[in-house]
Amino acid sequence: MSAHIILFKIVLICYLVATILYLIQVVGRKENLGKTARWVLLAGAIIQFITFITRFIQLGHTPVTTLHESLSFFAWCMVAFYLFFDLRYRLSVMGAFSSGLAVITMLGSGIAPNAVEPLNPALNSWWFPLHVTFAFLGNAAFALAFGAGIMYLLQDRMLKSKRFSTLYYRLPSLDTLDNINYRALSFGFPLMTLGIITGAAWAESVWGTYWSWDPKETWALMTWFVYAALLHGRMSIGWRGRRAAIFAIIGFACLLFTFLGANLFLNGMHTFDALIGKP
Amino acid sequence: MNILVVGLSHKTAPVEIREKVAFSPTAMADPLRKMLALESVSEALIVSTCNRVELYATSRDPERAIAQLRHFLAEFHGLDFDKIDEHLYDLRGEDAIRHVLRVSSSLDSMIIGEPQILGQIKTAYGYASEFKTAGLILNRFMHKAFSVAKRVRTETAIASNAVSVSFAAVELARKIFDKLENKTVMLIGAGEMCELAARHFINNGIAEVLVTNRTFSRAEKLAAEFNGRAVAFDNFQDQLHQADIVLSSTGAPGYVLEAKKLTEVIKLRRNKPMFIIDIAVPRDIEPKVNKIDNVYLYDVDDLQGVVQANMKERKKEADKAETIIEEEILQFYRWLSTLEVKPTIVSLRKKLEDLRQTEVQKTLSNLSADDKTAKSIDALTRAIINKILHQPTSILKDAQNSENGNIYIDAVRTLFDLPAPVAENPDPTDNPGSKN
Repeated sequence: MSAHIILFKIVLICYLVATILYLIQVVGRKENLGKTARWVLLAGAIIQFITFITRFIQLGHTPVTTLHESLSFFAWCMVAFYLFFDLRYRLSVMGAFSSGLAVITMLGSGIAPNAVEPLNPALNSWWFPLHVTFAFLGNAAFALAFGAGIMYLLQDRMLKSKRFSTLYYRLPSLDTLDNINYRALSFGFPLMTLGIITGAAWAESVWGTYWSWDPKETWALMTWFVYAALLHGRMSIGWRGRRAAIFAIIGFACLLFTFLGANLFLNGMHTFDALIGKP
Repeated sequence: MNILVVGLSHKTAPVEIREKVAFSPTAMADPLRKMLALESVSEALIVSTCNRVELYATSRDPERAIAQLRHFLAEFHGLDFDKIDEHLYDLRGEDAIRHVLRVSSSLDSMIIGEPQILGQIKTAYGYASEFKTAGLILNRFMHKAFSVAKRVRTETAIASNAVSVSFAAVELARKIFDKLENKTVMLIGAGEMCELAARHFINNGIAEVLVTNRTFSRAEKLAAEFNGRAVAFDNFQDQLHQADIVLSSTGAPGYVLEAKKLTEVIKLRRNKPMFIIDIAVPRDIEPKVNKIDNVYLYDVDDLQGVVQANMKERKKEADKAETIIEEEILQFYRWLSTLEVKPTIVSLRKKLEDLRQTEVQKTLSNLSADDKTAKSIDALTRAIINKILHQPTSILKDAQNSENGNIYIDAVRTLFDLPAPVAENPDPTDNPGSKN
């Protein structure tokens, strides 16, 4: 177990270093730092992937059953998704945002209890890892859209009010941010849809019913509708810019609540046993 | 050896004075040679632009050289010395080095970060080396200045934000559209201001230009010039949705374009953003337009505001540049101090003495010689070193007072690979030049 913790800490440090490098690059305009940051981030992502594999071998099931594991996996999804985006958009601001968010998620994961408990038989299904992977990859894409959305609103506000802070010079153009929003959405939405479908299939295989309206499912569906509305608005009515940015932010807020709030405040079958101390 | 700067700039002299002391770029040989002919001056270079006239020199006698250079500037142009004296500044040692590095990095320019000054200094150096008035120190120094300027340009954003209204408009467009390559610009009114701004957009890759004007023939003429299309003024509003960027500068007393119409246009464009620049006074576009989502309206004052913000940003970057320059001054000083005669002779002697001692030790330990032989060998080798060093030492000592002396010092340091003395205190009162 200690090897796992050491690797976990190394990954956290990689993400933290990448965040700092990206931030320095954004503020100080040092081109090389962005490159270094990318490599450090990639190294962290690879190490984290290895820890998943070793943990999988050790536990004999996909390591996404506790809050600790889920958050850690979510952090990895965000980093992986950013690195994928980075192939096209070399934007250090987005890098700083994504790796920073990954650091926060990893810290959350570090605080969550990391005990290996006997696997709940309900989780012992091939549908389960598929469900979680799709859901988290979708969430990671939406996190990116959320970041781009916030930046869009800031930049739009400065361009409209004609009052420019230093941030104006560091943020990318409105067009780029809107594009990221759209692309992230067009990846995130199908992934989320797949996540919900595989989740339903899993529920059917375990409980014999596809949908049981537990709070998390209800919230997930609501979130899905928010993103569906945005995608529809973008594709057929010509929504873009500010409105799309606001929707991406609302969508992500719903998503966070679905992911965390539903576990913490509401009761249902999605709660993490370790967190609420169920027997 | 001391580096000196004597001159005046936009900061110390009005244009009436600057134009009188300016040197003609087509006839630099004469002033450069006359400057070098001053007995206290060892190397000469003249920078003459519309904002500054500066003489760069090296000298062993800075006090006298400065006085002579001040008078030279007046005499060469046939001016009354008292008239220009109050506008002149003179700098030496570290201050002079800092000044030249700041000037070539465009930190001392009227508009910080403007790119021309480096080219002008390169040209000035070109003349000085063509007419052989720049020697070892100025050669090295000017190359340093060029590399520092380059470093400042790449490591700071000193020159990256527009400080002219029409270029600021192009940059704003980039912050909205990212790329301008597939964008269309529409000119409303064919005035001069519009034309200038349009030209900036075209130079930055705009795909299509539409021109509308109350007098259609004028629109046609301008459209032809830009390879664009003329649109009748009566129905330009129907074509407005094709334009991503609108430049308006009609002489109309009221609004040419109202918010109500633009709301429709934006719908027609499926919310694709529009950047509207209103350069007309009184304004052509209803200010409420800026409240419409995805429309960005800028009038002349707004653009001025952007320029002001950019200037502020440049000043911030200039602080970073100053740090770079301080680093470089230290480095250059280290090299300059190697050109001192005394430490060169001392380190040359030390180098040879160290060599001699190690070799003597080696030989003696293999020879198992008696005391007397050992003493003779020691004396013999010492004598050889002294004989060898005699001539170079006296040449170096003479070099101190000759014009090209630094070349010998530099050569000796290179040939014998002598380490650079550490310049702990690069202070103008404590530099090699002022000791002579």
